[in-house]
Amino acid sequence: MLTAMARQADRRSLLTGLGAAAAALSFSGLEGCAPKAPTGPNGEEEKLNFYTWDTYTPATTLTEFKAATGIDVKMSLFASNDELFAKLRAGNPGFDVIVPSNDFVTRLRLAGLLMELDLARIPNRANLMPSFLNAPYDPGRRWSMPYTWFMQGIGYRKSKIEGVPDSWRWLLDSDRYKGRIGLFAEADDLINIGAKYLGHSLRHIPPAVIEQIAQMYIRQKPNIKIFHHDEGQDLLLARDIDIVMEFNGDIAQVMREDDDLDFVVPREGSVLNSDCLCIPTGAPRPDNAHRFINYILDGKVGAEIYNAIRYPTANAAAFALMPEEYRTNKAIFPSGPAMAKCEYADFEGLERAHLFDETITRVFAA
Amino acid sequence: MDEIWTRAKGVFAALAGPPVFWLAAFFLVPLGVIWGYSFGDNADLTHIVVNGTFANYIHAVRPLYLGIILKSFWFAALTTLLCLVVGFPVAIAITFAAPRTKAWLLLLIMLPFWTNLLIRTYALMAVLRDEGYINQILGFFWGIIGSLTSLVGLPLGDFQPLPLLHNNFAVVFGLVYVQLPFMVLPLYAALDRLDRSLLEASLDLGASQMTTFRRVVIPLAIPGIVSGVLVTLIPSLGAYLTPDLLGGPSSMMIANVIERQFKAANDWPFGAALSFLLMYMTFVAMAVQAVVSRGRKARAAA
Repeated sequence: MLTAMARQADRRSLLTGLGAAAAALSFSGLEGCAPKAPTGPNGEEEKLNFYTWDTYTPATTLTEFKAATGIDVKMSLFASNDELFAKLRAGNPGFDVIVPSNDFVTRLRLAGLLMELDLARIPNRANLMPSFLNAPYDPGRRWSMPYTWFMQGIGYRKSKIEGVPDSWRWLLDSDRYKGRIGLFAEADDLINIGAKYLGHSLRHIPPAVIEQIAQMYIRQKPNIKIFHHDEGQDLLLARDIDIVMEFNGDIAQVMREDDDLDFVVPREGSVLNSDCLCIPTGAPRPDNAHRFINYILDGKVGAEIYNAIRYPTANAAAFALMPEEYRTNKAIFPSGPAMAKCEYADFEGLERAHLFDETITRVFAA
Repeated sequence: MDEIWTRAKGVFAALAGPPVFWLAAFFLVPLGVIWGYSFGDNADLTHIVVNGTFANYIHAVRPLYLGIILKSFWFAALTTLLCLVVGFPVAIAITFAAPRTKAWLLLLIMLPFWTNLLIRTYALMAVLRDEGYINQILGFFWGIIGSLTSLVGLPLGDFQPLPLLHNNFAVVFGLVYVQLPFMVLPLYAALDRLDRSLLEASLDLGASQMTTFRRVVIPLAIPGIVSGVLVTLIPSLGAYLTPDLLGGPSSMMIANVIERQFKAANDWPFGAALSFLLMYMTFVAMAVQAVVSRGRKARAAA
């Protein structure tokens, strides 16, 4: 911890040095107060700090990992990639494994916040589906292992919507469901989906198209009930809204509770996402981290996880062990021509993030 | 008095030291860091160079952001006004209640503080939502009345839930709910100190209840009103949670914009500039208020 601080202090200005001191304080928050765990055979303390999303890893997975390896996993939760990034940017406060989404794998890597994986220590990566052995956001899979993949789409209440709303139009460009519509509040989600609706690729969306998207949202605002922070499935379940922009996994979770709900990927195509297991720079226990990632990629362990969280898996061995009901679930694994039009969004630099944010601020303020 | 202080210097230092250190280390220093950031640039994804630039402030005073600040101010002002209108009678009621009842009423005012703001806001959502408690009760009565009117051949039709959540109404309602105790307590403190014989004198000399309230109670409660307005207005101006959870598509306040700069937009210098712009404005407003009240006092003395 001291060496990490010293390194940061001479690399950064005084002000960020103070930030590092603050990070060191929070570091001791994670590390200092807990009693020291015994040292394992690999010379590392038998514990692991796992920083992930809520309802994303069943507790049984962690207790079984402890039974198998003796390593005690402490799970902390973040609610957005931005929160994860903000936590790590002043220095790793002691996390060993994190679960960023694809574009943040790029962003964290560019910021020097990820440790390169030692692939020799992750033999279970052989279980991954071939299409996930390489990824546009991580060529050659040197920094991240896929945990889930998913896409934005439309979740809806069947009894309140006519037919299948298989176009973004019903959310973005129509007053048919006035006052019953929920959209994401995040700037990049809104602009990426707007671009898809207008028939543009997510790569380098031209400024004129961004402006066109902004005008479309400003026009649509009177019809929108709420811009939500990824709790669209709860709003749908509580009948606050009837049609919502959400991730398929989230809708699949509430479809188990209410069979009047369904999910569709619009025919204009959508945005693909993948949450990945990564090791942040300065992880105190990198070997434990590798063992944990390798454990998650095991077929049986994976099957247990995906059965609980209902997200699509990138793990062929786990997929083979899943029940028929999961493998053929249309919400979890949408099919059809729309899927061919889906693509990953890249991180295209800070200026771009600022432009997206200001555009959406204008929409909200209009 | 002075001798006691000089003799007890060590004790004084021991008592004042920890809070001064606390304020400096955990308030002034972090605030100074953010203030420094507001004159900086993003060098890359994680580093900020403080180079004395005013670019962030120039960006922040553009009509887009000033408009959002103005709108936040309107939300806060409306909240404060409603708190004052609702809080004043409550404070008077507490002041003139019997001592035992007074203690219970004060406890009731403070009771919400025992629950976290986030929890209270979620509870409010459960009350206000389309299928929330208010709409359920209204729907129940609608059903009864509807069954009666359909007996005489005038059915009411389906119950349309009142849109209480996810709009500007919900934001102001939530802010008033959260801020009301902060208005009532200073008002109560001012009214409780009020000399009752002045009220009796006013009534004895033939002033009506209304005139006494207007010309005796309110002027004497001015210090309480001013501090109540300040402690309600300033936190409302920076409200973040309430517009975020209760608001609709047009309920964004300036704190929500600032939050996004520190998270999604990853533009800490601009977020810092917006925060400090808001703080400078608050300082100016307080300074103006102080000058005005000093002028009024000087005139009153003359």
